Amino acid sequence: MTRSRREMPRRELLRLLAGGSGLLLVSCVPEAGADSRKGYDWSRHYWGYAVDTTRCIGCGACMRACRAENSVPHGVYRTWIERYRVDARGKVAVDAARPDGPSFGVVPGEVVKAFFVPKLCNHCERSVCTQVCPVGASYATKDGVVLVDEERCIGCGYCVQACPYGSRFIHPTLHVASKCTLCYHRITPGLQPACVLACPVEARLFGDLKDPKSRLTTILRQRRYRLLRPEMGTHPKCYYIGLDAEVV
Amino acid sequence: MGFVFPNEVHVTWTVMIVLYPYITGLVAGAFIVSSLYHVFGRDDLKAVARFSLASAFVFLLFAPLPLLVHLGQAKRAFNIMITPNFSSAMAGFGYIYLAYMVVVVLEIWFVMRPQFIERARGRGAVALLCRAILLFNLHSDEQSRLADRRIVRLLAGLGIPMACLLHGYVGFLFGALKANPWWSTPLMFVIFIFSAIVSGIAVLIFHYFVVSWINGWQVDQRCVRAMGKYLWGFMIVAVALELLEVMSIAYKQTEEWEVLSDLIEHQLFVSYVVVQFLILSLVPFLLLGIAALFRLRDRLSNALTWIAATMLLGQVLLMRWNVVIGGQLVSKSMRGFTSYFPGLWEKEGLVTAAVIFTLPFGILYLFHRVVPLFPGAARTDQTRV
Repeated sequence: MTRSRREMPRRELLRLLAGGSGLLLVSCVPEAGADSRKGYDWSRHYWGYAVDTTRCIGCGACMRACRAENSVPHGVYRTWIERYRVDARGKVAVDAARPDGPSFGVVPGEVVKAFFVPKLCNHCERSVCTQVCPVGASYATKDGVVLVDEERCIGCGYCVQACPYGSRFIHPTLHVASKCTLCYHRITPGLQPACVLACPVEARLFGDLKDPKSRLTTILRQRRYRLLRPEMGTHPKCYYIGLDAEVV
Repeated sequence: MGFVFPNEVHVTWTVMIVLYPYITGLVAGAFIVSSLYHVFGRDDLKAVARFSLASAFVFLLFAPLPLLVHLGQAKRAFNIMITPNFSSAMAGFGYIYLAYMVVVVLEIWFVMRPQFIERARGRGAVALLCRAILLFNLHSDEQSRLADRRIVRLLAGLGIPMACLLHGYVGFLFGALKANPWWSTPLMFVIFIFSAIVSGIAVLIFHYFVVSWINGWQVDQRCVRAMGKYLWGFMIVAVALELLEVMSIAYKQTEEWEVLSDLIEHQLFVSYVVVQFLILSLVPFLLLGIAALFRLRDRLSNALTWIAATMLLGQVLLMRWNVVIGGQLVSKSMRGFTSYFPGLWEKEGLVTAAVIFTLPFGILYLFHRVVPLFPGAARTDQTRV
């Protein structure tokens, strides 16, 4: 029995159906990490952060705000403050603020220079953590924020080892990597990160590097700043104003 | 001691990550011994050729287990292969591991086919298992055996670079982390390969003697002497590379050396300088040197070789410890050190490690029950007669 020319062979029909359903499936899959927030276009922003070390008073309000906002467990830190004390002989002593109560204890001895340095994830442009994550759970968003997908992370700790800034940790109860998100849930609706909002002396600044009129870009144009460990080639987006050479 | 970033107070990679490169090292080393016989025709290693291949296989079976125990979300482990991030050095593990496993399993299948056929012709569950392993084809003639030997040589040859890749890759995982001055060195993967070969030969010598003593077999003297010499040569290269690495950092007197010298002189002084180098490297070097260079009585030579092999097993384990734990003791603040002491009963503790490390030996025993791994072994009393 011969088949008429118009009759589609069954194999072709199946191929067409498979191809069509594949296309349908692909079109239904959302782009990895796409932001679905209404009205927020992540391609229009590129977030950055600045720390004015000449302003920080080491009060620890930022740490407490971060803990409260992000439910950070005890013993791990999304942000912390370091205190540097230099004595007359040039010897440097460093300690970190306690998360609860008075941030720093009183230390006896002569100090000729002292300052505070808040630290957090540097949301690097060439982040090592996203490079080494074996499953792509650590990723950078289009608006320049480095995040961890808690549903995808396998908790291997490779990113914790790779981060030159000690910003990452394994969450003690979730058993996945965790870190500062720049309060992504706050910044996408137009709010400030909790630490920035809590700082009483405006030592922490957050802004859009794509916006030439933002306060952050203005300050970065006017002030001298340093990056932490630039030799790592990570291109951090956390800019330190007035940073002492002792700080790494 | 000093200032440590607050998130670095707790060491992230502990005993399991020490055990993982140790076990993969044993795989690579044992496989290379079997390949020396199958590819390079070193007949003096014939007595342990089959045993070394089986050892490589059982250690390979358990190599991922420490990693699984370590993972915070072990049930997502297969994501490494299903949704890999190819820019990650770690993402290659599943593929490299599987490819190597295929080569080892195929080689075992071809090498031990005659023994499987012999067992398959019997009765009972083991015979049925052997028939299943042989895919219910028990055919064997001179032509097929010749073809098998050719395939074995090909697989063993292919397995050498793969063994080096598997373990060199483990070294690369550490060496590629630029944030850690103790790990970040291009020599790391070479050091790992040579120390792997050392540990592989050492475990074979150790195990071969123990099994022979338990069963009252006479050890193959030619084989033991050859393995002793290989062990001596490879340990010299491995230790020299490790020392050269430290010496080059020390000579350059970079900023990193300030903190690393402190690490070596204080935090790791006992485990690294005293135990790893002065005791577990120097003593085996001397013992194996004496066994290799002087004509000693067999018993004495065997005793020296066995003691040296046992010490080198400890040396490589300690080397892994000093690399993995030592690297994490240094704070990325470059201003201080954290501390670590392993727990006994915790999830990643010493008991778990001991159980994981014992399992391959148990499987090896079962393997031996199905297919004898020392076909030419003769009882001491029989040979004396």
